[in-house]
Amino acid sequence: MYKPTIGLEIHVQLMTKTKIFCSCSTEFASEPNTHVCPVCIGLPGALPVLNEKAVKYGVKLGIALNAYINKFSSFYRKNYFYPDLPKGYQITQYIIPIAKGGYLEVGGSGAQKKKIRIERAHIEEDSGKSIHAGNITESEFSFIDFNRSGIPLMEIVTLPDIETPDEAYDFLILLRSIIRYIGVSTGDMEKGAMRCDVNISVSKDETMGTKVEIKNLNSFRSVKRALEYEIERQVSALKKGERIVQETRHFDEKEDTTKPMRTKEELNDYRYFPEPDLPPLVLSDEFIENIKNTIPELPNTKEERYIKEFEISSDYARTIAYNPKLAEYFENIVKYVGIKRAKAVANFIMLDISAYLNETKKEIDKIDFTKEKFKELLDLIDNKTISRNTAKEVINESLRTGKTPSEIVSKKGRTQITDETSIKEFVIDVLKENDAQVNQYLSGKTKVMAYLTGQVMKKSKGKANPEIINKVLYNELENLKK
Amino acid sequence: MEITELTVKEIVEKIKKKEIGVKETVLAYLKNIEDKDNNIKAFLSINNEEALIKAEELDKENEKNGQIFGIPVAIKDNINVYGTETTAGSKILKGYISPYDATVVKKIKEQNGIVIGKTNCDEFAMGSSTENSAFFNTKNPINTYYVPGGSSGGSAASVAANETAAAFGSDTGGSIREPAGFCGIVGLKPTYGRVSRYGLIAFGSSLDVIGPLAKNVEDAAILTNVIAGFDRKDETTANLPVENYTDFLKRGVKGKKLGVIKEINDFKIQDEVSITLKEAINKLEVQGCEIEEVSIPHLKYALPTYYLIAPSEASSNLSRFDGVRYGLEGIGDNLRDFYEDTRTKGFGREVKRRILIGTFALSEGYFDEYYLKASKVRRLIAMDFEKVFEKVDALILPTTATTAFKFNEKKNPLEMYMSDIFTMPMNLAGIPAISIPFGKDNKGLPIGIQIAGKWFEEGEIFQISYALEQLKES
Repeated sequence: MYKPTIGLEIHVQLMTKTKIFCSCSTEFASEPNTHVCPVCIGLPGALPVLNEKAVKYGVKLGIALNAYINKFSSFYRKNYFYPDLPKGYQITQYIIPIAKGGYLEVGGSGAQKKKIRIERAHIEEDSGKSIHAGNITESEFSFIDFNRSGIPLMEIVTLPDIETPDEAYDFLILLRSIIRYIGVSTGDMEKGAMRCDVNISVSKDETMGTKVEIKNLNSFRSVKRALEYEIERQVSALKKGERIVQETRHFDEKEDTTKPMRTKEELNDYRYFPEPDLPPLVLSDEFIENIKNTIPELPNTKEERYIKEFEISSDYARTIAYNPKLAEYFENIVKYVGIKRAKAVANFIMLDISAYLNETKKEIDKIDFTKEKFKELLDLIDNKTISRNTAKEVINESLRTGKTPSEIVSKKGRTQITDETSIKEFVIDVLKENDAQVNQYLSGKTKVMAYLTGQVMKKSKGKANPEIINKVLYNELENLKK
Repeated sequence: MEITELTVKEIVEKIKKKEIGVKETVLAYLKNIEDKDNNIKAFLSINNEEALIKAEELDKENEKNGQIFGIPVAIKDNINVYGTETTAGSKILKGYISPYDATVVKKIKEQNGIVIGKTNCDEFAMGSSTENSAFFNTKNPINTYYVPGGSSGGSAASVAANETAAAFGSDTGGSIREPAGFCGIVGLKPTYGRVSRYGLIAFGSSLDVIGPLAKNVEDAAILTNVIAGFDRKDETTANLPVENYTDFLKRGVKGKKLGVIKEINDFKIQDEVSITLKEAINKLEVQGCEIEEVSIPHLKYALPTYYLIAPSEASSNLSRFDGVRYGLEGIGDNLRDFYEDTRTKGFGREVKRRILIGTFALSEGYFDEYYLKASKVRRLIAMDFEKVFEKVDALILPTTATTAFKFNEKKNPLEMYMSDIFTMPMNLAGIPAISIPFGKDNKGLPIGIQIAGKWFEEGEIFQISYALEQLKES
C-alpha cells in the first residue's frame, strides 16, 4: 500500500491599505500600472520602507497559526531575473522568519482531529503580474502589471504531515476561515489572494519517495484534484517499476491532470544575502501581546462550542463556524431567541437561508431577516400557528419582500387552522368523496390514512394543522367501524 | 575677485546683502563651464535653462531664506534629480530621465540651492579615476594630464575648476575623499546613516554615503547642514538630532586627542605624502593637540573585505538594469538572450567584473567562505575603530598613498583598487571622514589629509580639519 506524503506552501496576500515597502495603494485597479511608484517598479535609487501594518498582520496570522513569534527577524534578498520582478530580487525573510513552528488541527471533531504542523511563516513582497498574449511559450509579447508588485504576502510552509487530498483540502479551508476571522486577507484563491503550491511524494515504506512540486493551483478543488491525480500517477508509475522524477509540474485545470513544466530554469541559485536597505525587524513583547488580544474566537473553537452548547450537527456546526459572517449572524440570532432554539435556527440558516443566498448571490450580512423576524417565525411554529412546511414559505417570502413573518401569515390567511370543528368539516367531506379508500381502511389497510390526511390538507389549502387532522380523521374512521 | 572664486559662505552673504544677484552668480558659473568644460569635461549634462529660471525666481524674492540661497551646486550623476538625465556614468541608463528628486536634492532645493548640472563619474561609482565613465574622461583641473580621482571625479573637478560653487558626490570606498584629495579640495564622507541614500543609485548599499565636495571646510560644514538628517524614505538613516556643524569650526584643537594608525606604515606611501602628514601632525601638536599612535590590527584585511562586500551588494543592486522597464534595451529571441544582450551592451568592463565577483561570492557553496567571512571581518574592523575611539577623538592619516596619477597609468584593476586603501576602512566601519588639501608634491599635485571621527560626530572632524586648514601654507 502506497502512502502519500504531502506538504503545502501557501502565499496569503495581506490586506493592508498600502504596499509592503511603499505607500502605493493595494486596492484592485482595473487599469494596469496605476498603483506604482519608484519603489515598487524598481527605479534606480529607490529604497524600501517597511509597512508596520504588514508586520502586524503577519504577527496576527502567526499567532492564529499557533506559531512562535520571533521578536527578532530579518529580511533577505532572493535574487533572480524575471520581468515581473522589477528589482531583480525579492525582499523576503530567510533564515529568521517572523513566525515559526505552528500547527492547525483539521478533519473530524475533538480527538479525531489531526494536527498538521507548520514549519514557518514569513512576510515578503509580491511580484508584478505577467500577462501573456495567449500561450506563454507561443506568445509574441507579454505585458506586466506592477499594481501587484509589492503587495505584502505571508508565506506559510507546512511540514509534510498531510496524508490525503482531503486533509489538504480541510487544511486550506480552515486556514482560509482563520484568515477571514482575523481579517488579514480575503483568502480568495480564485482571485489570487491565497495561492498554494503542493509538494507530494508516495512511498510504500518509511523512506521518503521522490518529491514532486505542483503549481498553478487556483482553487481548493484544483488542489484536491491535482493531488488525487498525482497520487494515482505516481503510484501506477512505481507499480510499473518506473522512477519518479523530481520536478515541478503544472496543474491543467481543464484536463484535471498535472504536466511537467517545460522551462529548464529549475536550477536557480537565489544568492540569498541580508537586505542592506532594511534594519532587522525587532518586536517588543507589548507589540505582540497587543496583537494577541485582537484575535477573536477562531473557527475550530467555535465549531466545538456549537456542537457542545447548541447540540447541532457537526456538519452544520463546521459550515457555520468556518464562515465568519454566517457565524456572527447565527450567534446573534441564538442569543436573542435562546439556546434551546439554536438547532432550529441552524436548520433554517443551513437550508432556507443558504438556498436563498446561493440563488441571489447575496452575502448573509446583506439580508434583512433580523433576529426579531427570526423570533416571530419560531414563535409562530412553537404556538402551532404555522407548520414547518408553511414556515419555509414564510421565511422565503420574508427574505424576498422584507415583510415580517406575522404580516405574511395574517395577510395571506396562512394562519393554521387548529379548530377541531372546522377540520372535522373537511374530514367528513373527504370521507364522503373517497369511498374506496375508506373501505380499504375498514378492511385493515390502515396505511391509506396518509392519503386521506393529504386530501384533507389539500381541501384546507394547506392550512389545517396536520396533528389535528390526524386525530380527527382517526376518530371519524374508527367511528365508522362501529 | 570673481564670483566663481568665492566660497559658498561668501556668495550667500553677498546675495543676501544684495551685492550680487543670483542670476549674475549662475551666469558667472555657466560662463566658466562654457569656457573650461570642453577641456575639463566634469559635466555630463548642464541644467542651464532650469538654473536660470530658478535664479530669476530667487532674485525676485524679498526674503532671501535658505542656507545655500542661490548657490549653484553640481550633482554627481548617480543621484536622481527630477527631470534630468540620470545615468550614473553608464550606457545602460543613457537617456533615462529621472521622475523624482533624491532626498538630498529635495533638501538642496528647500534651502534654495540651484542644481547647475550633473557630473561625470565612474560607471555606477565603481572606480577611482572616473576613467570608468561610459562617456568620457574628466581631467584634473590642477594638471590636465592627471586623473581627477573617482568615482566622484566630475564633482571634484567641477569645484576645483570653479565651474560650480559646490558639489555633491557619493562615497562607497573613498569616492568623495580620493577625488577631493587629487583635485585639492575638501570632501566629506558623512557617517553611514547620517544622510539619506534615497535617490542615490545604489552600488554597495551598506557602504554608500552622499557627501559634499567644497572649496573649504566651512563650506563643507554648511553643505552637510543642508543634507544631513533622518529620512522616512531611508530606513538606514539614524533618527538622531543633527547639530549645526558650522558651530564647531572655530573651537580649536587644544586638548584634542588625535590617533595616528600604526598599520598605515605597512603600505607604500609616496614620500611627499608621508612628509606632509608629519608636518600636519606637528602643526596640530603645536596647537595643543595630543598625538597618540593607535592600532587598527585588521586594516590589512580592509581591501579584500571591501572587494567582497561591495561587489556582492552591487551584483544584486544592478540586477534591476534588465532593459525591461527603462534604459538600454537589448535584443533577443527569448528572455535570456534579451537580458544577456542588454547587459552585455549596457555595462562596462569594471562593472561586469564586479557583478561577476559579487555573484560568485554570494553563490551557494561559496557564501559562507566569502560573503559571510567578509561580513565577520568587517565587524572586526569596526570593532578596531571602536576600541581606538575609546582613546582618541579622531584619527589623522593620508587620504591616499600617492597624489593623482596619469590617465591609463593603472592598468591592473588591483592597482586601481589600492588607491582606496586608506579610505575604504571608514566605509566598512561606517565612520565619518573628511579629506582636506594640505600641501603639494613636487609636481604641484595636491596632497589630501584625512581626518576620521567617531560615528555621528561630524562636528568633531569639522573642528579639527578647520583648525588644520588654518595651518596650511598658502
